Amino acid sequence: MENGNASAVVIANDITRRYGEGDTAVDALRGVTLEIAEGKLTAVMGPSGSGKSTLMHILAGLDKPTSGSVSISGTEITTLKDSDLTKLRRRHIGFVFQFFNLLPMLTAEENVLLPLSIAGVKIDEKWFDDLIDKVGLGDRLTHRPAELSGGQQQRVAIARALVSRPTVLFADEPTGNLDSATGSEILTLMRDSVDAYGQTTVMVTHEARAAAIADRILFLADGEIVRDLPRAEPHEVLATMEELAAR
Amino acid sequence: MIRFALKSLAGRKLRTVLTALAIVLGVAMMSGAYVLTDTIDKAFDSIFVDSYAGTDAVVTGKDPGFSFEGESAQAPPIPEETLVRVREIDGVEIATGSVQDFQTKLLRPDGEPIDTGGAPSFAFGIETAPEYDRFNPLNLVEGRWPSGGSEVVVDEGVAGDENLQLGDRIGVAALGPAQEFTIVGIAKYGDLSSIGGATFAIFDVPTAQKLLDKEGRLDAVTAAAADDTTPEQLTQRIQSELGGDVTVQTGVEQANEESSEIATFTTIIRYFLLSFAGIALFVGAFVIFNTLSITVAQRMREFATLRTLGASRRQVLRSVILEALVIGLGASIVGLFSGLGLAVGLNELFKALNLDLPQTQTVFATRTIVVSLLVGTLVTLVAGLFPAIRATRVPPIAAVREGATLPRGRFARFTPYIAGVVIALAVLALGYGTLADDIATGDRFALLGVGVLALFIGVAMLSSRLVRPLAVGVSPIGHWLTVVVMILIWPLGTLPYWLLRHGAFGPGGALGRVGALVLGAALNPLLALIVLVMWGRSAVTKWQPEWPMEFPGVLPSTRINRIGRENARRNPGRTAATAAALMIGIALVTFISVLANGLRVSNSDAIERQIQSDLIITSQDGYSEFPAAVGDAAAGADGVETASNVRQDIAQIEGDGANLTGLDDRVAEVYDFRWEEGSDELLTQLGSDGALLPGNVAEDRDLAVGDSFTVRSTDNESKDFVVRGIYEGSPFYPLLGTASVSREAFDELYERPRNRFTLLNAADGGEAARTSVESALEGFPDTRVQTREEWIDKEDQEIQQFLLLLYVLLALSVIISLFGMVNTLALSVFERTRELGMLRAVGMTQRQTRRMVRHESVITALIGAALGLPLGIFLAVLVTSALGQYDLRFALPLDQLIVLAVVSVVAGLLAAITPARRAARLNPLEALQYE
Repeated sequence: MENGNASAVVIANDITRRYGEGDTAVDALRGVTLEIAEGKLTAVMGPSGSGKSTLMHILAGLDKPTSGSVSISGTEITTLKDSDLTKLRRRHIGFVFQFFNLLPMLTAEENVLLPLSIAGVKIDEKWFDDLIDKVGLGDRLTHRPAELSGGQQQRVAIARALVSRPTVLFADEPTGNLDSATGSEILTLMRDSVDAYGQTTVMVTHEARAAAIADRILFLADGEIVRDLPRAEPHEVLATMEELAAR
Repeated sequence: MIRFALKSLAGRKLRTVLTALAIVLGVAMMSGAYVLTDTIDKAFDSIFVDSYAGTDAVVTGKDPGFSFEGESAQAPPIPEETLVRVREIDGVEIATGSVQDFQTKLLRPDGEPIDTGGAPSFAFGIETAPEYDRFNPLNLVEGRWPSGGSEVVVDEGVAGDENLQLGDRIGVAALGPAQEFTIVGIAKYGDLSSIGGATFAIFDVPTAQKLLDKEGRLDAVTAAAADDTTPEQLTQRIQSELGGDVTVQTGVEQANEESSEIATFTTIIRYFLLSFAGIALFVGAFVIFNTLSITVAQRMREFATLRTLGASRRQVLRSVILEALVIGLGASIVGLFSGLGLAVGLNELFKALNLDLPQTQTVFATRTIVVSLLVGTLVTLVAGLFPAIRATRVPPIAAVREGATLPRGRFARFTPYIAGVVIALAVLALGYGTLADDIATGDRFALLGVGVLALFIGVAMLSSRLVRPLAVGVSPIGHWLTVVVMILIWPLGTLPYWLLRHGAFGPGGALGRVGALVLGAALNPLLALIVLVMWGRSAVTKWQPEWPMEFPGVLPSTRINRIGRENARRNPGRTAATAAALMIGIALVTFISVLANGLRVSNSDAIERQIQSDLIITSQDGYSEFPAAVGDAAAGADGVETASNVRQDIAQIEGDGANLTGLDDRVAEVYDFRWEEGSDELLTQLGSDGALLPGNVAEDRDLAVGDSFTVRSTDNESKDFVVRGIYEGSPFYPLLGTASVSREAFDELYERPRNRFTLLNAADGGEAARTSVESALEGFPDTRVQTREEWIDKEDQEIQQFLLLLYVLLALSVIISLFGMVNTLALSVFERTRELGMLRAVGMTQRQTRRMVRHESVITALIGAALGLPLGIFLAVLVTSALGQYDLRFALPLDQLIVLAVVSVVAGLLAAITPARRAARLNPLEALQYE
C-alpha cells in the first residue's frame, strides 16, 4: 500500500455487489478490497457502469454489499441496523451531492446547520464561523437556495458536510453540475479542507482535472480496482483512462 | 429504472383510488338518499293503495282543514247512524264502519310502552265478518280475528320483536288506564310484515269505541258500489244524502290524499340527505382539484415533451380532461351502486336514532341512476378543468430544463381581489337570505346555500395567502396537541402494538416475548388480532414484517417539526386547497354545534323562566299530548298540593292555525306569568269566554284587552272569546299556546281533551310525592314524572341526539377531506424523494422522517381548523341574529370547539400514517441517483 504509513479510517474487504437474480443478474462490484487513509483525499475514477458509485454507496453505508465487509472507524457497518447506521452517519460521515440537494425552504445557514439540528447537537460557534469563512459564504447566510448560484449552493453543501466534522466526507461528482470555472473553485475548496482540517475525503468523479487534486486515485472498471495511482497530473490521469479504455 | 417505474405506478394506483373515493362517497350518499326515500315512498303508497283497494267511497268527518306547526287537525268522528244511512243508499252494495287511533300504546309485560320510534301506534276497530274482507287491508298470518271486549290482534312485526304468541296477554293503553287483552291473532298490513316502527292493535268495533272513548261514533264509513254504479256516482249520491257535515271521497281520492301527506315528509328527508350529499361532493371537488393540480405540476416534463413532439394545447387539455372524465365516471358508477348499500346504512342510522321507516322492495329508479352519474361526472369535470387549463400552459422548453416551474396563470395576480369580491357577494347573499323577511322559504334556502358555497370558495381562494402565517401560528399548537394525542393513545395504541410486534417477531428469550404478547393483547385485543394476521401472512407468504421497530415515544422534536412546518409552507396553494377541503367539514360542524348550544341554553332558560312547579308530567316523548285522566289521577296522589293541567290542542283562531291552551285556575302557582295587563287573580275569573294572550301574539294579531276573537276546534266547534289579560310570552319555547282559555271552556270545545303538561307542587318539594304520583300513574304508561331539571336534561339529550345524526352525516365530508390530505402528502413525499434521501443520508432517522411528514399533515389539518372554526362561528352568529325575534341565544361551546381542534389533529395524524411510512422507508440511495 502506498499510503500504508497513514492509519486507515475506512476499510473494505473483498466486497461484491450483485443486482438482480439469475440470468439478468449484474455484478456491479466483483471483490474490491481497499483502505482509505486518514487525512487524505482519495478519488475514485472510472467510466459509467464501472461500479464507482456503487462502491461509494457501500463505503458510506447507504447500500449493503452482497458479500464482504466494510468498517468505518473500526465499526463494522454491513451488519448494522438502520437506526445505528443513521447514528453512525451523523458522527462519521458527510455527503456532498452532484445536485447539491439543499432544502429549498431553509436559508443557507439553516441548510449548513441541518445535520446538527437533526442530530440534536449543539453548534460550535467558533468552528461554524471559521467554516463559513473558509467556504466564503459570509454574506450569503440568510439567502435561500433559489437565490444562490450553483457554485454558492455547492459551497453551502460542502459546509453542511463539514459542519459535523465527520470522520470521512464522501463527494459524488461534486463538480458534475457546474461550469468548469466554478467547478475549479469547488475543487480548490475541497483540497483546502483536506489540507487545512485534515479532512479524510472520498470523491467519485469521472473528470480528470477533479481527480488530479487527489492524493490517491483509484481506477475502477467492471467492478474491480484496476489501477491505484498516487497524486497525478490531469494529463497522466487522462492517459491512464485511455489506456484502461483501450484494454 | 423499472423498479422506479413500478413504484410510481403503485403510487399512482393509490392516488387514483383515493381521488376517485372522494367522488364515490358523495355519489353514494346521493344515490343512497334517492333509493332510501323512493323505497319509503313506495312502501307508503302500497300501504294506502292496499287500504282502499276494495273501497269505492269513504265517508269521514268534515276535515277542519287547518294545521299548525306541522300538525294537521284530524277529522272528527261521525255518528254511528251514518253507517245505517249509507247502507240504505241506492247503489251501495255493502258498507262498513271503523274507528282508528294512532296513539294507542301496546305495553311490555313490565308495563313500559313499546317504543315505536316516533311512528304511530295504531288501534283499529273493524268489522271482520267475511263479507267485509274487501275493505280490510290486513291479512291474518295466524289465529283469527278478534271478537268481544277482551280480544286483540297484533301485527307481525311487533309480535316478532316482542316474541308474542297466540294466547298471550298484552296491555293496551289508550285514553284511560291500561287494559289487558288476549292475543287471538297475528296479522300483517298487505304484504308488509312491518310498517316502520309502527305497531297496530285490531279490535272489534264496539271494543275499540269503548277503548278510544268513541262510543256511538265512527271515524270512517267505507262503501263499495253495486255493479251498475261508478265510484264517482256513489260518492255524489252519498254526499247529497248525508249533507255537508261530512266529507265523502272515492277510495282513490282518499288514498292519494293520505299518500301525498306522507310524500311531503319523505321529500323533506330526501332533501335533507341530498344536501349532505351535496356537501360531500363539494368537498370531493376540492380534493379532485387539488390532486389533479399537483399531478399536473409533477407531470410537467411529460406535458412539455408531448408539446415538443407536436401535441397542441388542445390535445394536452383533452388528455387531462379525459383523465378527470374517467375518474369521474368510474367513481360515479361505483358510488351509484354503493348507494344501494348506503341506503341500508342510512336506514339503520335513522333506526338507531328512533326514526323507523317502512320499507318494501328496494326502489332503484332511473332518475337515481341518471342524476347520480351525471352529477358525479360533472363535478369531477368542473374540478378538473382548472388543472387541465394549467397543463396547457406548460412551455415545451420545460422538457429540457431542470427544476422548471409552472407559469402562473394569467389571472393569478387577481386572485385575492376575485376572492374578496366572491366573499363580499357571499356575505351579501347570506345577509339578505337571513335577514330579509319577504322571500319564499325555497328561495331563502337557495340563497343561503349559494351564499355558503361562495363563502367557502372565496375563503379557499384567499387561504393560499394565509397559509404561511397560519402555518407558523398553528405549528406550536400542533406540536403540543400531537403530544397530547400521542400520550392518550400510547398506553392502548402504540405501546401494545410495539409489545405485540416484539412478541411476534422480535428477538429475545421465549419468556420475554410471551410476556410482551400477553401484556400487549391485554392492553388492546384488537391489535393482537391485527398482529396475528401479520404473523399468519409472514408465515404463509414471503412478506416479512419490519423488525426492529422503535420503541414508541410521544415527544416530538421541535427541530424536526420545524422542517415539517417549512414543508407545509413551501407550496401554499397546495396546502391551502388541502386544508380548505377539511375547512368545509369543520366549519359546518362548528356552525351546528354553536347553534345547538345556543338552542340548549335558550331552551333551558325558557323552561326555567316559565315553569315554577316541583314536578312536571309529560308524555314519554315530552311533546305529545296525553289523556286528561292522568291529571286527575295525579291530583289524588299522596303529598300533591297542586295539580294543574295544561290542556293543549291545535285550533283555528280568526281563521289561522294556532295552539289553544286550557288552564286550571290555580296555574299561577306553577307557571310564572309576567303580566303586561292583568294579574294572577284573572285566572280564576276567565269563565267561559275569557282568554289570555302572550304579548307577542297580541301585537302580531293586533288584539288588545277587550277585543274578541273566534276559535274553532278540531271538532268543528266554534266559540268567541274576549281578551282579558296579556302576559309577557316566552318567544323561544312558549309552553302555553297562541291563546289560553279556562279549562272548562277548552273541554267544551274538544270532545276528547288532552293535556300537554300536568304541573305539580308537592308538600315536601317533590321527592316523596314523586313516588306516590308514579304509582298513581301506573295505568298510564305513556307518561313521565320529572323535575324541571330532569326535563331540561331530557330536552338536551334530544337536541344532542339530533346533533349526533348531523355529525354522522358530516363525518362523510370530513373523511373525504382526509383522503385529500393523504393524497397531497403522498404526492409531496413522492415529489421530494431525492430530498428525503438527502435528509436520511445526513443523519435523519426513520422516526424523525415520519414525524416530519406527520407534523406537516397536522399543520395542514390545523390550518383547516383555523379557517373552519371562525367561519362556522360566523355562520352561527348570522343565523342567531336572524332568529333574534325568537330569542335564540348565542353561546360558544368552548369545550366542543377544543375537541374539534383535537379531532382535526387526529385527522392530520391519521392522514399521515401511510405517507409518513412511505417517506421513512425511502432508500437514502435515491438522493444520489439522478434521473
